[in-house]
Amino acid sequence: MISFGETLRLAARALRRNKMRSFLTTLGIIIGVGAVIFIQSIGEGAKSRVRAQIESAGTNIVMLWSGSSQGPGGRGGAGSQPSITWEDLRAIQTELPSVRAVAPQISSNQPVISETNTWNTQITGTTPDYFVIRNWPVASGALFTASDQASAAKSAVIGQTTAENLFGPGVDPIGQIIRIRDAPFTVVGVLDRKGQNAMGMDQDDGIYIPLSAFQTRMQRGLGKFVPGRISVSAVSAEAIPRVRQEIAELLRERHKIDTDEEDDFSTSSMAEMTSMLTSTQETMTMLLSAIALVSLIVGGIGVMNIMLVSVTERTREIGIRMAVGAQPADIMMQFLVEALVLACIGGALGVAFGVGFGQVIAPKFGWIMETKAQVVFISLAVSAGVGIVFGLYPARKASRLDPIDALRYE
Amino acid sequence: MALIELRELGRVYQTGDTEFAALRDVNLDIDKGEFVAITGSSGSGKSTLMNVLGCLDSPTRGHYVLGGRDVAQLSRIELARVRNEFIGFVFQNFNLLSRTTALENVELPLIYARVPPTERHQRAREALERVGLGHRAGHTPSQLSGGQQQRVAIARALVTRPPLILADEPTGNLDSATSVEIMALMTELNRSGMTICFVTHEPDIAAHAARKLVLKDGAVISDERQQPLMEQAS
Repeated sequence: MISFGETLRLAARALRRNKMRSFLTTLGIIIGVGAVIFIQSIGEGAKSRVRAQIESAGTNIVMLWSGSSQGPGGRGGAGSQPSITWEDLRAIQTELPSVRAVAPQISSNQPVISETNTWNTQITGTTPDYFVIRNWPVASGALFTASDQASAAKSAVIGQTTAENLFGPGVDPIGQIIRIRDAPFTVVGVLDRKGQNAMGMDQDDGIYIPLSAFQTRMQRGLGKFVPGRISVSAVSAEAIPRVRQEIAELLRERHKIDTDEEDDFSTSSMAEMTSMLTSTQETMTMLLSAIALVSLIVGGIGVMNIMLVSVTERTREIGIRMAVGAQPADIMMQFLVEALVLACIGGALGVAFGVGFGQVIAPKFGWIMETKAQVVFISLAVSAGVGIVFGLYPARKASRLDPIDALRYE
Repeated sequence: MALIELRELGRVYQTGDTEFAALRDVNLDIDKGEFVAITGSSGSGKSTLMNVLGCLDSPTRGHYVLGGRDVAQLSRIELARVRNEFIGFVFQNFNLLSRTTALENVELPLIYARVPPTERHQRAREALERVGLGHRAGHTPSQLSGGQQQRVAIARALVTRPPLILADEPTGNLDSATSVEIMALMTELNRSGMTICFVTHEPDIAAHAARKLVLKDGAVISDERQQPLMEQAS
């Protein structure tokens, strides 16, 4: 067989002779590959957005609730029966090495009154560690402190949306007085903008006050027990299952629960939610990619069609080549490489088209494009494969021509 | 030993149930360096004989020994190699690749002989110069006259330096003046040592050869030596 470079040169020349036809033939592959690249990029973008949203809730979080009640008064959901004490909390914080920080929180929706406006929003009582866990700094002012918590100080840290609604634009909220259930709170800080969470809720609409102040002003709890739910952050994502395990063991031991008894608390982590949301996303992407792949195969049939036409058109040329000594394998390679080049050019143009189309379209719909090199590589490999598979039959047909019949072909 | 030995060679075409014997029983020896004209009326089997000699067509029976090797038994790949190395074929309708320069047309057999590019260009250029077309190397067939196209085809046939040149009606599409030029070129190639065998139905053209075969109904009916026209002239 003659060298690949020689065959490649031959193929390039044959395709250049029929530029328009070559382009139209590759159009199927261009659209197929373009669609794959576009869909994959959009899918990848959406996936990383979901991941970012989930991470905005805080990194490596395990939620801990007091146990569900199972008394004579009927069953209640998680948190309905207080069981976790402040002592338990301290033990989790200090005894478990995989735990980075612990923060209880309790929320309630209340009307909040400023000098100029009234705004209904969620009031959350928590400890300063909450902002560590959620990785949430202030945009201006300061967070409330451990001593504010100890003294039940009437300090409030507010979200951006809340600030805008209470004070209007252009007013510095720091130092302003807001009234929650008639109690005057001083705004000490405004939080950074965080945007929507995975559920589409505005995370910037809320007010955070010391848990102690929440309990004195709004909801008196049982002093011994921690009210509401507790956020625990693990040292790493990998440590999440270990943290859940260790908390369970620690609390069962502290609450003296027998091995045959159920937990009087429950835990959950964001990991499940993350995987659920991203897997839905992945299924969609897979489905759309499969459809795009079908169009790639249709493109391959286009290549086969035009190669068959080309073989017929060039029957005499094949005869001449055979007469001067071309072997069947030489002829086969010539047409196979031609189909391969056609498909690869289509693939490359398809990648450019997919990325270009995405760059134009994505911003209009607020989508994010994230093109993975891996997907580009696979798309090109698949195009090459399509070229070979669909070029094989025409190439074989050409190589099996009888020289004398081919020479006589008109 | 003869360059070509044909023994009881037959070629039968089959269309449906009807059989047609284009060649019946050809026995023929052609020695190295001979200049042979094959003539006969149309349908006599001369073109079929030429195609079989050129390894473009296979006999259905008998033996064709070319340079000591029975090519009737060869595979498609081996036949391709024989066509490339042993035979230069010249056609009535030239059979050049269109939209391809004269030089590239002449290079074609060398590509399939795996000759590296530099040597290939060199040899193709030499072959074109030998047929008097060195100055037309960059022209495509449509830019050349019939006679020039046939010269390019002859250059392509001799570029691999084959021992045997076969020509099927090489002057069939040319006017008489050009025909004489082409036959003069053939004579010159023969004098340089190449064995040449050509088919023609024109007595003037056949007169250039040193040996004349007449075919009728697929068999050789006459085989005689003659004084070549070019020698008579000089």
